[in-house]
Amino acid sequence: MSLDFLIPLYVILVVAAATFLTRFLPFALFGGGKEVPALVKSLGDLLPPAVIAILVVYCLKGVSLMVAPHGFPEFISVGIVALLHIWKRNNLLSIGGGTLLYMVLVQMVFV
Amino acid sequence: MKKETLKYAFIQTLPVLFGYLFMGMAFGILLEKAGYNFIWAFFISLIIYAGSMQFVLIGMLAGSMGLLSMIILTLSVQSRHIFYGLSFIEKFKAMGKSGWYMVFSLTDETYSLLCGMNIPKELNQKQVFLTVAALDQSYWIIGCTLGAVIGSFIGFDTTGIDFAMTALFVVIFIEQWYSYQSHLPALVGTFCGVAALFIFGAGAFILPALIASVCLLLVFKSSIKQGENQEVCQ
Repeated sequence: MSLDFLIPLYVILVVAAATFLTRFLPFALFGGGKEVPALVKSLGDLLPPAVIAILVVYCLKGVSLMVAPHGFPEFISVGIVALLHIWKRNNLLSIGGGTLLYMVLVQMVFV
Repeated sequence: MKKETLKYAFIQTLPVLFGYLFMGMAFGILLEKAGYNFIWAFFISLIIYAGSMQFVLIGMLAGSMGLLSMIILTLSVQSRHIFYGLSFIEKFKAMGKSGWYMVFSLTDETYSLLCGMNIPKELNQKQVFLTVAALDQSYWIIGCTLGAVIGSFIGFDTTGIDFAMTALFVVIFIEQWYSYQSHLPALVGTFCGVAALFIFGAGAFILPALIASVCLLLVFKSSIKQGENQEVCQ
């Protein structure tokens, strides 16, 4: 078998195992009939919105404010996604509309 | 399985159907553009099954990253799942062998569906859970595989299609903004994310941002009113 096959396979298996680990960990730690500590419980409640916010930042981490186009395509598109979503609350419209707009902006407007 | 269970689960998963087909296709197209065909897309969506991580994975497939870096990157991108599971320990344990599949398949979207459902009393809750989880993954596998097939045909410029991932998280952010009584967790995450990005740079900010958020949330914990949305998950 060639390395073109084996290397991606190896990467996929590593990521799959690490992904499963994150999903299995709470059950391994607190699954044995042990009471989940109140502290951990409330973190389980409070952390998801914080993590999603961090992932938004993660998606935009490559944007450079100093170099043209100074993040304009990203910030315009994020704004439109937010407005569309607040207006209609339709995931497909918000994500699809925002992505199409972004593609037009980076391919035709801010070239 | 009862027909009513499948019908109820299907209706509940409709928003995810469109979301997963769409995002899965975006992933499949990007994967195909990176040189991996639909068989890879099928395999990845079958055994990894994680939206954001699969997008990150495309850049890793060439194998230039070390083993430890790959593990740490995956753990940090997926770390939020550690906290999703907490809400369902007892329920999944009670499901026996199919509980293992529930643990594996607890994505952002499945988690939010399981949290939000008011299952009618006449239906078996365990069967509804399992059906919802399995339907969601099947949508994802179909989307990813189909995207890679389509990707091998389309000729137009797909530059910028990766913005779909950003848009997805913005949408989830707004949904959580509406459903949580307190906006403090979302604000804490935004602040820590931006601050850590400026301090640690694009390559290394996720873990410090997560740790700082946990610390700040623990500090503010007593002053945050926990709304109805969270109580459903207990």
